[in-house]
Amino acid sequence: MKKTFTVLGVVAAAMLATSASAGTLEDVKKRGTLSCGVSTGLPGFSIQDEKGNWTGLDVDTCRAVAAAVLADANKVRFVPLTAKERFTALQSGEIDILSRNTTWTHTRDTSLGLNFAGVNYYDGQGFLVQKALGVKSALELDGASVCIQAGTTTELNLADYFREHGMKYSAVVFDTSDQTREGFEAARCDILTSDQSQLYAIRSKLGNPGSAMVLPEVISKEPLGPVVRQGDDAWFNIVKWTLNALINADEMGVTSANAKDMSMGTNPGIKRLLGTEGDAGAKLGLSADWAMNAVIQVGNYGEMFDRNVGPKTPLAISRGLNALWNKGGILYAPPVR
Amino acid sequence: MADPVKTQSKTAIWNDPTFRSIAFQVIAGVAIVWTFWALFDNTMTNMERRGITTGFAFLNETSGFGILMSLIEYDETHTYGRTFLVGLLNTLLISVLGIFAATILGFILGVARLSRNWLISKIAAVYVEILRNIPLLLQIFFWYIAVLQTLPHPRKSFNFADSFFLNARGFYVPGPVPESGFNIVLVLFFTAIIATVFIARWARKRQDLTGQQFPVFLTGFGLIIGVPVVIFFILGAPMSFDYPALKGFNFQGGITVIPELIALWLALSMYTAAFIGEIVRAGIQGVSHGQTEAAHALGIRHNPTLRLVIVPQAMRIIIPPLTSQYLNLAKNSSLATAIGYPDLVGVFMGTTLNQTGQALEIVAMTMAVYLVMSLLISAFMNWFNNRMALVER
Repeated sequence: MKKTFTVLGVVAAAMLATSASAGTLEDVKKRGTLSCGVSTGLPGFSIQDEKGNWTGLDVDTCRAVAAAVLADANKVRFVPLTAKERFTALQSGEIDILSRNTTWTHTRDTSLGLNFAGVNYYDGQGFLVQKALGVKSALELDGASVCIQAGTTTELNLADYFREHGMKYSAVVFDTSDQTREGFEAARCDILTSDQSQLYAIRSKLGNPGSAMVLPEVISKEPLGPVVRQGDDAWFNIVKWTLNALINADEMGVTSANAKDMSMGTNPGIKRLLGTEGDAGAKLGLSADWAMNAVIQVGNYGEMFDRNVGPKTPLAISRGLNALWNKGGILYAPPVR
Repeated sequence: MADPVKTQSKTAIWNDPTFRSIAFQVIAGVAIVWTFWALFDNTMTNMERRGITTGFAFLNETSGFGILMSLIEYDETHTYGRTFLVGLLNTLLISVLGIFAATILGFILGVARLSRNWLISKIAAVYVEILRNIPLLLQIFFWYIAVLQTLPHPRKSFNFADSFFLNARGFYVPGPVPESGFNIVLVLFFTAIIATVFIARWARKRQDLTGQQFPVFLTGFGLIIGVPVVIFFILGAPMSFDYPALKGFNFQGGITVIPELIALWLALSMYTAAFIGEIVRAGIQGVSHGQTEAAHALGIRHNPTLRLVIVPQAMRIIIPPLTSQYLNLAKNSSLATAIGYPDLVGVFMGTTLNQTGQALEIVAMTMAVYLVMSLLISAFMNWFNNRMALVER
C-alpha cells in the first residue's frame, strides 16, 4: 500500500508540475540549440532541399537569432508545422520561436498568449487569374469560384473584400499549396487567392506560367514576422532586436563580407551595433558580438531577402514595401544606442 | 500487551477480501478522477498564466468566412457556432450517403461472389481485392483529381437536355420549386407511411392468428407512392423547376452537387463496399447448407428459402462486423479535408480553429462529435442486432 501511494504521489507531482521554466534564453543556452517552428514547405520562406537543408527568409531569421545567442547560426533545430499546429507548438514550449510566414493580427497578439517580435516581410493578399478569362480587376469577379489554401487568414480577407463590394463567391478550401494550384489548373475555380509572395511562387509552378496573371489589387495587409511566448520579456527583446539589428545593418551597409572591417571603422553607430563600442549585447544578456555574429553568419536583411525571394531567385520578388524607409519602402528599425 | 489469541482469531480488516476488493476499487476510482481533474486543472492554470483565452464565448462571434456547401442557411455574418453546425451536417450527409451506398453495393458484391456464374463471381472477387487493398486517401485523390477534375470548364460543360450540366465545378440539376397545393401531396405521403406501418402490424397479427397472408408490400407501395403521384397530377402538377443556367463565371440556379462531395462519396462507398461484400459472403456461407436442404425438403421454394431461412440467419453473422464498417466509414469521412469538402474537420477544426486559435476547445468539441456519432451508430446497430438475433425458447 505504501508503495502504491508513493507511485501515485510521484505521478501526481509530475502532472501538477507546471512547465513554467526559468527563461527561454537559459533553456536555449543549456540545450545548445534553438528550436524554431517553420512551415512544412513554402518556397522562399522556409523549405527543405533534397539534402535536408532548410532555406528561406523565415529560416534565416531563426539562424540569425541562433547566431546572436549561441554564436553559431547552424545550431537550430527546425520543426516543420502546419498552420493548425503552429500556435499550440509555441504555447506549449515545444519551440522557442515561431518563424513561419505568420501574419501579425490583433486576435493572435491578444488572445493567444503570444507576442509578435516585429515584421520580416510585408505581404498582402492578391488574386491569380487565368488570362483567358479576360478579367482586368478584382472588381469584375462577382460570382467567381475561388481556390484557397486552408489555415491562413486568407479566408476572412476574401470574405471581407467580396462583402464590401457586394459580390458573391464560392470558396473551395484545400489543404496544401499544391492541391490549391491543381484545383486552379483543373478549372475547379476561376481565381486563386493567397498572399502575393505565394502567388508568384505558385504561378512559377504552373504548367504554363504565362497563362495566368496576378491582379493588381492587394486586398489586405499581411505583416509577417517571428513570434514568441508572452511573459518572457528578455527573450522577446532578443528576438526583436536581432531582427532590428539585421535591418539596421542593411541600412548602414554592413554586410556579411565587410562586417569585420566595419567594426574597426569610424562610424560610432556601426561600432555600437557590432559591439566594438558600448554594451548593447550585455543589455540583452548576450555577448558583445551578438549582432556581428548574426550579420557575418547570415547576412543583413537585404542579403537574406535577395538570397531567398529576390529578383534573382525563381520567385523574382522586388523589394517593394520591404525596401528600407529611405529607399521607397516601409522597413524602419529603431536605432541601436 | 493484549491477548494475542483473541486478535489472531478475528481477521484484520485489511485482510478481509470483501473490504479489500471494495477499498481497491474506491482507491482506483478516486485516482482516476483525480488524475483527470489534475490534468484539466493543470492545463487551465497554465493557459491562464500564459494569457491564453479559454472558454466557449467564441461560438457567438461572427465567423466572417464563407463555406462552399451548407445544408442550412449560412453566410459570413453567421457565428462560429453556426460553422460548427454546417460542418457537422456536411459530415452527417456524407456519412449517411456513404453508408447507404456502401450497404447496397456491398450486398450485391457479397451475393455476386457466391454466384455460380464464373464471370460474375470473378469480377466481384477482383473488385474486392483491388478496392480494399488500396489506401482510401489515394482512392479519394483518384476520383477527385484523375476523374472529376478532368471534366471540362463550365463554358464547355456536358449538357443533358439543357437541364443537367456536368463540368469541373460539379453536377448541376434543376431544383424543384413547390407551389401552392404541393403541401397536400406531402401530407398524403407522410400519412401513407404511418398507415403502412399500422397495416403491416395488423397483417402480421392476422397471419399469426389465421394464417392468411396480406399483400403488405403492394398495398404500402400503392399508398406511399401511387396515391400521392395521382393526387399530384390531379392537382395539376403544382411544382415548377428552377433550371441551372450559365451566368457570368458559373452556373446559377438549380441544385449544385459539388465534385468534392461526389468524389468523396464514390471513394468512401466503393472502398467500404469491398469490406461489406466480404462480410456478406462470410455471413451467407456461415449458414450451413443443411438449412437449405431442410427447407427444400419441407417444400419451400427457392426464393422463400433464401428470404425466410438463409438471410435471417446470415444477418446474425453479418450485423456485428457491419457495425464496425459503418463506424469506419463515418470516421473516414474526415479525409474530406484533403480534397476540400467542407466537413466538420475542414470547416471547424480548420478555418474556425485558425481564426480563433482556441485549439483546445475546438479539438475537444470535434472529438466529442465523432465519439457521439460512433456511439449512436453502435447503439442503433446493437438494437437492430437484438431484433434480428435468434430468439431462443
